[in-house]
Amino acid sequence: MIRAVMVISTQGKPRLLKFYEFQPPEKQQEIVRYVYGALSERPENVSNFVDADSVFGQGTRLVYKHMATLYIVFAFDSSENELAMLDLIQVFVQTLDKCFKNVCELDVIFNFNKLHTILDEMILGGQVIETNSDQILKHVDDIARIEKSSSTTSLVPKSISARFGR
Amino acid sequence: MEQLKSLGRELAMGSQGGSSKEFLDLVKSIGEARSKSEEDRIILRELETLRRRLSDPDIPRRKMKEYLLRLAYAEMLGHDASFGYIHAVKMAHDDNIMLKRTGYLTVALFLDDGHDLIILIVNTIQKDLRSDNYLVVCAALVAVCKLINEETIPAVLPQVVELLNHPKEAVRKKAVMALHRFHQKSPSSVSHLVSNFRKRLCDNDPGVMGATLCPLFDLISDDASSYKDLVVSLVSILKQVAEKRLPTTYDYHHMPAPFIQIKLLKILALLGSGDKQASNHMYAVLTEIFRKCESSSNIGNAILYECVCCVSSIYPNPKVLDAAIEATSKFLKSESHNLKYMGIDALGRLIRINPDIAEEHQLAVIDCLEDPDDTLKRKTFELLYKMTKSTNVEVIVDRMIDYMINITDNHYKTEIASRCVELAEQFAPSNQWFIQIMNKVFEHAGDLVNPRVAHNLMRLIAEGFGEDDEGADTQLRSSAVASYLRILGEPKLPSLFLQVICWVLGEYGTADGRHSASYIIGKLCDVAEAHSSDDTVKAYAVSAIMKIFAFEFATGRKVEMLPECQTLIDEVLASHSTDLQQRAYEFQALLALSPQAIENVMPPDASCEDIEIDTCLPFLSNYINQAIENGARPYISESERLGTVNTITPASASHYQQDPAHSLRFEAYELPKPRAPPPSIQPSSTSSLPTISSDLVPVSEATYTTREEQYNPKVQTLADQISAEIGVRLKLEGVQKKWGQQTYSSPSAPSTSSSSTQKATNGMVTSDTIRQSSLDSRKQQIPEVSAEKQRLAASLFGKKAAERKTQGSTRRPAKESQHAVATSAPEPPEEKVVVPAVPPPDLLDLGEPSETATPTIDPFKQLEGLLGPAAGSDVASAPSPSVGAVKTPDLMSMFTETPSIVDSKSSDKGVVSSTIAKKGPNVKEALQKDATARQVGVTPSGNNPNLFKDLLG
Repeated sequence: MIRAVMVISTQGKPRLLKFYEFQPPEKQQEIVRYVYGALSERPENVSNFVDADSVFGQGTRLVYKHMATLYIVFAFDSSENELAMLDLIQVFVQTLDKCFKNVCELDVIFNFNKLHTILDEMILGGQVIETNSDQILKHVDDIARIEKSSSTTSLVPKSISARFGR
Repeated sequence: MEQLKSLGRELAMGSQGGSSKEFLDLVKSIGEARSKSEEDRIILRELETLRRRLSDPDIPRRKMKEYLLRLAYAEMLGHDASFGYIHAVKMAHDDNIMLKRTGYLTVALFLDDGHDLIILIVNTIQKDLRSDNYLVVCAALVAVCKLINEETIPAVLPQVVELLNHPKEAVRKKAVMALHRFHQKSPSSVSHLVSNFRKRLCDNDPGVMGATLCPLFDLISDDASSYKDLVVSLVSILKQVAEKRLPTTYDYHHMPAPFIQIKLLKILALLGSGDKQASNHMYAVLTEIFRKCESSSNIGNAILYECVCCVSSIYPNPKVLDAAIEATSKFLKSESHNLKYMGIDALGRLIRINPDIAEEHQLAVIDCLEDPDDTLKRKTFELLYKMTKSTNVEVIVDRMIDYMINITDNHYKTEIASRCVELAEQFAPSNQWFIQIMNKVFEHAGDLVNPRVAHNLMRLIAEGFGEDDEGADTQLRSSAVASYLRILGEPKLPSLFLQVICWVLGEYGTADGRHSASYIIGKLCDVAEAHSSDDTVKAYAVSAIMKIFAFEFATGRKVEMLPECQTLIDEVLASHSTDLQQRAYEFQALLALSPQAIENVMPPDASCEDIEIDTCLPFLSNYINQAIENGARPYISESERLGTVNTITPASASHYQQDPAHSLRFEAYELPKPRAPPPSIQPSSTSSLPTISSDLVPVSEATYTTREEQYNPKVQTLADQISAEIGVRLKLEGVQKKWGQQTYSSPSAPSTSSSSTQKATNGMVTSDTIRQSSLDSRKQQIPEVSAEKQRLAASLFGKKAAERKTQGSTRRPAKESQHAVATSAPEPPEEKVVVPAVPPPDLLDLGEPSETATPTIDPFKQLEGLLGPAAGSDVASAPSPSVGAVKTPDLMSMFTETPSIVDSKSSDKGVVSSTIAKKGPNVKEALQKDATARQVGVTPSGNNPNLFKDLLG
């Protein structure tokens, strides 16, 4: 199963942490430090995989992708396939991109609740449930629409952000 | 433009809920914070603000949403936001779906499923699962996956099961996952619902079907046999998916539903493992996927890799295996590090089926070993570890150690150190080499390796080759001593290693007469002085000094007391550690004894001797009788004492401290009886001696006795005491030897006949010759591959043929017989075929002219010929039939002989070992205990009374 999804800035600041098995806050920080330490040491043009035995237990690995100022990291155990996880990151990034139109770090910080919504549509209880970014987006939009209609003021940033993007 | 855009975004943020400006400012100021402490200050201030605002009784609900998100943000940065948890729980109860979702999200982020507040959210979840709005239901199901714990499963289970038939496929999918989660958390709670998973496999929505594969995978990995009936339907699903029968929305990068394919392949791998019939169904679809799958996309390769994994797991089929090998070699030849990594992993799986596969890719493997990518390097070491055999162990372990020295990650360092040790123990070509490797491992990772390893090393040095060759043993020991004296010059050595060094120097430092006693003692004093804070090392050093003194005295020589030694002893006499004190007093007492007595107490080179212990301690009966005559109370056995908790006299009170349970006692002490017996002469000793017999953890207890009596004129008793005590301790060593791994202790000399040993050495010699010759020939023909690499390749992959033979001659009868069984049992005819082709002595002829005479041949082909002599050389097969005929029965007979070897050994070693032999099933556990017990021998904390109870039956 997938143990965690992390978005960490290249400065080592956590931007999004989602653990599929509860981790107390101190442990979360330890994990972020470890992962950041491991990733920032890696040279260019090497594989996207890192062993994570010492933080997540035997047989766990990290797959990461370095996008501009962010590391997007998935931690998972031996029941997943590394290359497939790499593509899952791709799906996640694509979805973000469609959702925010040229996603940037600021979007991630301000809309981390939305990121959680997206991830909840992709991964549930540590298992992949959807990998089509259009489908994911559709669900997320459904949710957004209903949320909007249930509330008088617009609290959904996407539309505004999108307007500026165009 | 870019700036404008981000400005626009900021505006957008600002507009999203009134005071989001504050959040923006927070993020900005954190971003600009120059140090961690500044950042902490900012967040603490933020939390203070939030705490104040949240305590306000009526906050606008939308404001509340933002506060909670800010709290979650602060907690993500590592600060405690627990004061707001209750607000999150409350918000999940809100009717507004947006607020509800925020509530669920924050609750899921904040709370552990064991948190006290969970109970408050269960009611909300129950209500929401019944909602008409499927999005509410989905939100609740997401929360269920995260928040419901074992105790609360029954509260929501019926509703979740109902949702399995919900019209919306998104809900069904999530309900399946929720059930899966329940199964993970508490399998028993949903065991009656497992059939639902099978049913959902036929769901008409492929997404739901795909989701169902997740729980099925878990169920099947627990128990594959009850799901064998699914093989056919799973194969047909996989076939349909691979043939693109699913709607195109499931395509990803032109691959049909790749995640479903991967999950299916994983499940098939489990189901087909070792099952020929099930595997038969799979070959066709696997071949199909291998053929169709395009290796240009990442996801296509993911599927190919999964196919390789599946092929390596199911019952092998030559055709599919070839396809898998081909896919693997594509991975290995790829430029992408990711694919190389997958290739190495796949190779590691395939060589389990056929070890020869690795040879084809040797250069690729070596490239990976030298790659700057650390992950790839580690994976390659894992592969090498899997393919280690006695012919390449030296190269591999050397490489591993070189790599180990430079790692900073302690976790991985520990792992690779223990792998080095394991390989060295299993395949060591010579004991000298083994000791060298152990020294290196200890030097660089001594604090990380298991203490058991140190004891094994000491045992090896003490017992030598296990053959009746005293000369070799002596040589081994003096080379060990020499290497340790040299290593002692190094500035910083791990404690465990120092213990080994002290022990070896004490035991064998003066044995070969090359080093004078005072030289060794001086070195040991230096060690003790340099590590004055490490009591264990000091204890080892003091004992070692004592041994050297004893050995010298016993042979009639005088040893002068060096001033630094005297200082050390004086210091230790006043030590806070009772163990150290005891050793020093023993030392002093020993010096006062006569040479004969000393030789009895500390016989030289006797660490391997078993000492029989008469647990009745009959030599003390005179003493006890005397004490009883003088008015001491007789010993009351433990059971009697426990049966009747009375008469708490000083003597029995002191027994309470010895209580093996070592637990606190909560009942009140009884009042002392009015008519207490008259004070005995040695109350403590009378009460403690029986404890010795029952508990065998006497050392600390005996200390006091020894000291009290030291100043008594009863030297005889003292000597007895000491010998009894040492006896007790030495007993442990004897036990250790019998219980420890058989590697070095086993006198397997008779079974490993000299001929096979000779063959082994011949194999080694050949390896050099081959290396040389292959090097030469290849240098001429393949200039682009460096000589260095080729040599490495040769030493890593060469002579797989010689392997089985040499494996047969390792010094481990038990292991060896397992090997024999493993290789021969399933397919005995093959074994017969292989063995004849394998006779190592003939490998000598491999530098033969036939190769150099054919220069036009494809260099790689030739390389194979060189490295795989079994395949190439016709010379090798010439004398083989006879050898094979002899060899096969030999292996088998060795296997059958094993029990008898054990028997004869145990009868040699007397009572103790035979009792141990009976305790078969416990051995592993006992081994571990025993390792602790070893330490106990050094620092007697008496923390493992159970082991000794076992021993004494």
